Amino acid sequence: MANSIKIRARMKGASCEVKALIKHKMETGLRKDKKTGKVIPAHFIQEVNCEHNGNSVMAADWGTAISTNPYLAFSFTGAKKGDTIKLSWVDNMGESDSAEEQIK
Amino acid sequence: MNMKRRVFLKGTLASSAVAVAVGAGLLSPRLVLAAWPKSAFEAKNVNDALNGLYNSDLAPASDAIKVDAPDIAENGAVVPVTVETSLKNVESITIFSEKNQTPLVASFNMTQKTEGYISTRIKMGQTSNVIAVVKADGKLHSARKEVKVTIGGCGG
Repeated sequence: MANSIKIRARMKGASCEVKALIKHKMETGLRKDKKTGKVIPAHFIQEVNCEHNGNSVMAADWGTAISTNPYLAFSFTGAKKGDTIKLSWVDNMGESDSAEEQIK
Repeated sequence: MNMKRRVFLKGTLASSAVAVAVGAGLLSPRLVLAAWPKSAFEAKNVNDALNGLYNSDLAPASDAIKVDAPDIAENGAVVPVTVETSLKNVESITIFSEKNQTPLVASFNMTQKTEGYISTRIKMGQTSNVIAVVKADGKLHSARKEVKVTIGGCGG
């Protein structure tokens, strides 16, 4: 699951806006496979963590109702250009990924 | 027969020990993250989910929260939602879709540096209210917006 995350961080005045797109199927566990009629097991991201220079700035708990290929945006203060922003996620099957980006 | 029973007993003892350790936060991968609130995410209505998250279902409406979502969503599988608040000391922003099978969509935990702004895309099973609950200064506040859904997005 490498490179499942696209992350951009940009300074807007005093605050830093972080935008991220994660590639994940976010299966709800309610859909049925049309061919076999069996329920497709739930497979979704549970935890998303975002760190600025190693300190957590946002930690989210997600359920199945976040859309496929999730989009996330938030902002925080106290950052400057060139700082490192790191986003990581863990899903209910134990898969995980993380990405780092410099703030522009 | 006896052997199997022994193995079975050992297995259950071991797994319950692990469960206790997880419950005590000993095995938590990151200390910053609390355990994923399973009961809240499985709750069938908004009040149960709120109780699971905050031990309180009192979230009075507040004008300081703005829920931005489309009036009509043609595709319930992708509904853009933005929550903004002017409240200070925001600790968390939680998003519910009232009539989903499990209404709790996501909960975003903030730090002091994080601003009161979250934008994401959610799935909605049918026309219902999108409710944002903001915890600020230890108190809960809420705001809602109705979104009409043409095609549901929770499968089925």
